[in-house]
Amino acid sequence: MTMQTLPRRLGVAVVTAVIVGFLSIKLDTFRDYQIAEVAYEVTAVAGLTVLTGLSGQISLGNGAFMAIGGYTTALLLMHLSWPFVAALVASAAVAAAAGAIVGVAAARLRGPYLAGATLMLGVALPSVAYAWPGIFGGDQGLNVTFTTPAFLGATFPLTRWQAWVSAAVALVTLVLLANLCYSRVGRNWRAVRDDEVAAALDGVNVAATRILAFVVSAVCAGLAGSLLAIVTSLVAPGAFTITLSIALLTAAVIGGLGSLPGALWGSLVIVLVPTYVTDVATSHGLSSSVGSNIPIAAYGVVLILVMLVFPQGIQGGLRRLLTTFTGPDPKTRPWHDASAAHVTPSADEAPASQHEKEGTS
Amino acid sequence: MKRRTPRLRWQAAAIMTVAALTVAACSSSSSSSPGSGSSSGSSSSALTASAPGITPTTITIGSHQPLTGPAAPGYSEIAPASAAYFAYVNANGGVYGRKIVYKYLNDAYDPTTTASDVRQLVLQDNVYALFDGLGTPTHLAAISFLNAEKVPDVFVASGCECWNQPTTYPETFGWQVDYVREGKILGQYVAQHFKGKKVAFFYQDDEFGMDGVKGLDYEIPASMIATKQSYVDTNVNIAPQVAALRASGAQVVVSFSIPAFTALLKLNSLKLGYSPTLVVSNVGEDPITLSGLLEAFAKQGGATVNGNQLIDGIISDGYLPSLGSTSNSWIALFKKVHDQYDPKAPFDGNVLYGEAVAYTFVQAMLKAGRNPTRPDLVSAIEGGLPQGPAVAPYAYSASDHSGVTGAYIGTIKNGALVQEGPVLTTDASATGAVTTFTGTQQQAPASGIPSP
Repeated sequence: MTMQTLPRRLGVAVVTAVIVGFLSIKLDTFRDYQIAEVAYEVTAVAGLTVLTGLSGQISLGNGAFMAIGGYTTALLLMHLSWPFVAALVASAAVAAAAGAIVGVAAARLRGPYLAGATLMLGVALPSVAYAWPGIFGGDQGLNVTFTTPAFLGATFPLTRWQAWVSAAVALVTLVLLANLCYSRVGRNWRAVRDDEVAAALDGVNVAATRILAFVVSAVCAGLAGSLLAIVTSLVAPGAFTITLSIALLTAAVIGGLGSLPGALWGSLVIVLVPTYVTDVATSHGLSSSVGSNIPIAAYGVVLILVMLVFPQGIQGGLRRLLTTFTGPDPKTRPWHDASAAHVTPSADEAPASQHEKEGTS
Repeated sequence: MKRRTPRLRWQAAAIMTVAALTVAACSSSSSSSPGSGSSSGSSSSALTASAPGITPTTITIGSHQPLTGPAAPGYSEIAPASAAYFAYVNANGGVYGRKIVYKYLNDAYDPTTTASDVRQLVLQDNVYALFDGLGTPTHLAAISFLNAEKVPDVFVASGCECWNQPTTYPETFGWQVDYVREGKILGQYVAQHFKGKKVAFFYQDDEFGMDGVKGLDYEIPASMIATKQSYVDTNVNIAPQVAALRASGAQVVVSFSIPAFTALLKLNSLKLGYSPTLVVSNVGEDPITLSGLLEAFAKQGGATVNGNQLIDGIISDGYLPSLGSTSNSWIALFKKVHDQYDPKAPFDGNVLYGEAVAYTFVQAMLKAGRNPTRPDLVSAIEGGLPQGPAVAPYAYSASDHSGVTGAYIGTIKNGALVQEGPVLTTDASATGAVTTFTGTQQQAPASGIPSP
């Protein structure tokens, strides 16, 4: 890891922050809300794309970690009046602990068995709220009070402040994840994903590596849950159903498994496409039984198209387009190409040779 | 790492730019902000854009509804039925000449989607008010935002007691009889008519069921209660609960359940040869929905049943006129509107509900004045609304935001709930008595539109 990568990522993050800030002021308040939605979505999807794309473990239960983060934040804000930043950190810590526990179990499981176990987590955990309605508010959930700080003035829109906070957390998370992925930890993840035996022979602690990936992805989901709590001002079991976990995985796959920019594309698709299509459907005066089903159909069509046209996700497709215009890059970019090789091994980049390159870097 | 290339930097920058453009492009569909005025009054002054969502020619209101997903069967008929009634009003002069534009978004009964839908309606579509947002868990995700934005949140489609909190949620109003009142009315009936018998409760394990049980407990002495069994709406295997009901020896089962689980309760009891008297809350008894579900479920199990025969004799309560009484002026009005503007839907309890609540909204809008602001609508409702299609008066006042105050007891006969006995009214408190309503319900106006 050379020194110039960190300033570069920070630079990209600052540019993005400026763009988000500009957009949030320029656009109407509902777009601010959508920016906030995309931000918490991308935080969770980034964690999942790292877990699945880089460490090769699938999770259908990251919605449960979001629930843990969301409820932790709600409880801390409500009962102890913690400042939001402290609640955010605490949510990440609690989610990390939960991730470690699940990770220990997950490290022993593979493929469909792992999917099944995490699915169970995603289905079962939100029901805890029903078991102790006194603490978790049952079906009604807990209301979360989040206000704009006084220094911004009384007229500053809350949604813009929510967008700023969420985007800031998302960007910090992305920068940290990017650094992690290019570090030794990231290389170990890819090594374990491609060949556990070879990785173990190289001295990588396979179990610890897999558990760490789960913890990282749980932390991201916990942060996302915490953001969701302050953005929607409510945590309720209905917000963390299995549909959420599946939507996260869908976003990761649409964007491109293992790619952090892909996490952004995927989040944009799942947040914006349904709203946009609904607007179009209603403005064309379709009957409600048709109009209400069109967004779901459009979502399905987008999913199928992305998988057909860009089998490596939107990010993979963009990279291919760029390569078409600029010619093939002689130097391989390890992270992206490794994930590409993982999804569909191509003739010129077999996973084994890829792994060799990884191991020696 | 020596493989770093400068191109990646440009790539990343390009990605962020495209991301920014994507968001910006999507914003092009957003509408411009409306003018805001404060003039109001009932004189024949010119129509102005007196509030967000109100123009000289239109009133735009919004809602979140489960048009798809698990809650859609039955409930997805409600918003089109309301829209049908609004279309009827629009075709007959509108509200002071303005046409009602009703924009309802699908939240698929998912609170996160509700939160997003409601923000879109308020921040982007600039609706004047939120009308008939459906569902307890879903609407709870919207209520703080609506009140913070001071958007009237009228006639929530749920009987949760929680909508009646005028100090915390001054903009929010319930409409249908809340579940505590319903529990008390059913409870009093059971306590009086089944003296000396064993009674059991079967209820949904959430606010709906628990509010209902609260009301039942106010009226039914604990000595009569044999057992209380609950279910969660995600688990259709209720055989253990039904076995427990049977084992308790209860001769009467009071059920606060949604239609699907009322049907399952009936089928599971049949299987065990257990036939208690069933008392079912209003939301779980719509005869058309129920008999359809019974026949469908039995078919899945390889049996054929006659739905209407099975539900015959179920005791329930109703707060709208019975669908069966075709001579009732309200039923005749809503049937006429339904046949003209919403003919594809069956004329069932959900459609009746949607039209009746839309009628109430028109009542409130007419009272709010020619050029109403948002506070005008709230104070119009707080000033009380005359009794409309519901069989009992509304409770609306500055200190009470709950809606219909009472219901009648009835029995299902030949696929329709037939009223038996008088309309009973009560409040949601532990001590408030259940009393007979002595007023008479007015006929529906001949024009079909409430008078200002």
